Amino acid sequence: MYQYDQYDQKIVDERVEQYRDQTNRYLAGDISEEEFLPLRLQNGLYVQRLAPMLRIAVPYGLMSSHQVRKIADISRQYDKGYVHFTTRQNIQLNWPRLEEVPDILAELASVEMHAIQTSGNCIRNTTTDQFAGVANDEIEDPRPWCEIIRQWSTLHPEFAFLPRKFKIAVCGSEEDRAAFLLHDIGIQLVKNDQGETGFHIYVGGGLGRTPVIASSIKAFLPKEHLLTYLDAILRVYNRYGNRNNKYKARIKILVRAWTPEVFAERVEAEWLHLKDGPATLNGHEIERVKGFFTQPDYKAVDSDVVSADVQALATEHKGFSRWLDRNVKTQKQTGYACVTLSLKPAGVAPGDVTDQQLETIADLADRFSFGEIRTTHNQNIVLADVLQSELFNLWQLAKAAGLATPNIGTINDMICCPGGDYCSLANAKSIPVAEAIQRKFDDLDYVYDLGDLELNISGCMNACGHHHIGHIGILGVDKKGEEWYQIQLGGSADKNAALGKVLGPSLSRDAVVDSIETLLDVYIENRLEQETFLKTYQRIGLEKFKERVYAPAS
Amino acid sequence: MPQLLKDGNVIDNSWQLVDADTDALPQGDILVSTSQWHKQQDILAERAGAVGVWIDSHEEIEAFADGIIDLPVIAINFPKFADGRGFSLARLLRERYGYSGEIRAIGEIIRDQLFLMQRCGFNAFAFDTELDLAEASKSLQDFSDAYQVAVDQPEPLFKRRA
Repeated sequence: MYQYDQYDQKIVDERVEQYRDQTNRYLAGDISEEEFLPLRLQNGLYVQRLAPMLRIAVPYGLMSSHQVRKIADISRQYDKGYVHFTTRQNIQLNWPRLEEVPDILAELASVEMHAIQTSGNCIRNTTTDQFAGVANDEIEDPRPWCEIIRQWSTLHPEFAFLPRKFKIAVCGSEEDRAAFLLHDIGIQLVKNDQGETGFHIYVGGGLGRTPVIASSIKAFLPKEHLLTYLDAILRVYNRYGNRNNKYKARIKILVRAWTPEVFAERVEAEWLHLKDGPATLNGHEIERVKGFFTQPDYKAVDSDVVSADVQALATEHKGFSRWLDRNVKTQKQTGYACVTLSLKPAGVAPGDVTDQQLETIADLADRFSFGEIRTTHNQNIVLADVLQSELFNLWQLAKAAGLATPNIGTINDMICCPGGDYCSLANAKSIPVAEAIQRKFDDLDYVYDLGDLELNISGCMNACGHHHIGHIGILGVDKKGEEWYQIQLGGSADKNAALGKVLGPSLSRDAVVDSIETLLDVYIENRLEQETFLKTYQRIGLEKFKERVYAPAS
Repeated sequence: MPQLLKDGNVIDNSWQLVDADTDALPQGDILVSTSQWHKQQDILAERAGAVGVWIDSHEEIEAFADGIIDLPVIAINFPKFADGRGFSLARLLRERYGYSGEIRAIGEIIRDQLFLMQRCGFNAFAFDTELDLAEASKSLQDFSDAYQVAVDQPEPLFKRRA
């Protein structure tokens, strides 16, 4: 993974001191509340319902065991001994003290981490596929490009006060695991006829109040032009994005108002001035960054022998077999596999882990995955490059730490925002809904029979829980001061990205879980062989589901 | 006389800002709106004091930039400090139109923006609130280096790493 040199370290260290000074001046009354707001947000600090919340950047979801241990340590020293993994592959502390945030940032800087631009109206953490570098269907490893974008976007002088937040995702594979079409800029790595790498650029995707799937504005951008082209997009947005109404301020609204064609022309015109300028990437820099994402020292494995051994253990241990089915994926290197550690056991807020579990994750990474840890936008942890012959050992240790719930990709692997329990924006609680669903559907055979099913929950229309792209989406709404829930069906974040449709009038919390069961009944009754919930929905349509959920009690 | 920060120093601000809808021009050095600049060019050319313009953050400077690059001062107004359009305007004036005079940030600006503003080509800062300018000028030195190309550093860090 990328390692800081003296330049990177100095920038992060100076940011800590800048923020320390800003905090001191705020506490001394020299900076007003209004002026401090964007300053603290640009360093990831929200002031929330119960306490401040600090969001720590995990660039494109990649961490070392050393960094994870530091997070565990920080959570003990400055918080309540647990942290939350977010849908942007970042980490949140829920109970830091505002006065101590500069010290936390200094601790982070000591392990090459920071909280720069994890919030605020600026360029946020760039995200990508959790299986980058090992995915079977990869065109090229997206992480070097993410790192190049990270450096370009960090403290960018021109784009620190954008109309609204700005998110970029990079997809390097055939299948989309980065939901890149739901980002302000979605970058897809592609090859042209000459076999040269370039980028297909999409703009204007996003969730929130007005969910939109991104539009293509450039089918092939040669790789050396990445940063000048990004500068051009951001400059057009910075100048012409709506600044009067924060609900119309995302780039998607501008792209829609102008049409994608006109937006593309405006960017092209701006880019012609910047193209081939000093920010044009050179081979030396691209190779330098790529040099940090080299392959680990893989062993030659006799895969037939290993597969037979793993199979034998699976036959003997049902739990191991289930875990292999749901939580383990093959990767492009023979004899190795990717393991997803589930952060969604029943009874725990999705994405929450304790300091002890963080220590265990770091130990497991050192022993089984070359010391590297990946966070996912589904709020789980991935250990890649695990020898298949070690899977059983890993499973036993992960199980003992509560990290091996075999539910990845099932209804119980929900994406869920912190909701009304923590967030001051929320209309409704989301964690108790997630918990009620997990408790209702605790029969593993039933859950496995349902197969792949994405259920996403947001506590308000800001959509941090990505409810628009869940096969089943649940949105918390406020109805005369009471918490109600709207159900949506048919959303999807894969390469055929689709936004969910509202099922009908919102429901009380008690009725939500029963209604989910009714939806699943309709699916089971109507599905064809091997058909997932999403496919059945796409075939039979919304009405069949709606009729049953809203049928008058007989 | 009010003061401002210019090139890192606290100096007297001799320039008066003229509202967009004021017709009568005061004596001395003045900064006029771009609409007045267009409307009254002849009168402005004949008066004794020096003349500069101030640009509001929403303006399309492409329409008139070529005509103002010989002025000694161009001010860019920040209606709100969180309105970041002025950052792009300053860079355009410096990098696209080759403007080498003073670019002054006016309006609702805050000390913690100074480092980034300076990178975009601002070299003067006239705050609309009372504050210790010498103290505020420390924020110009918040960072000793940066990743990106900008007015103060025409080479990106990736070409300068040793």
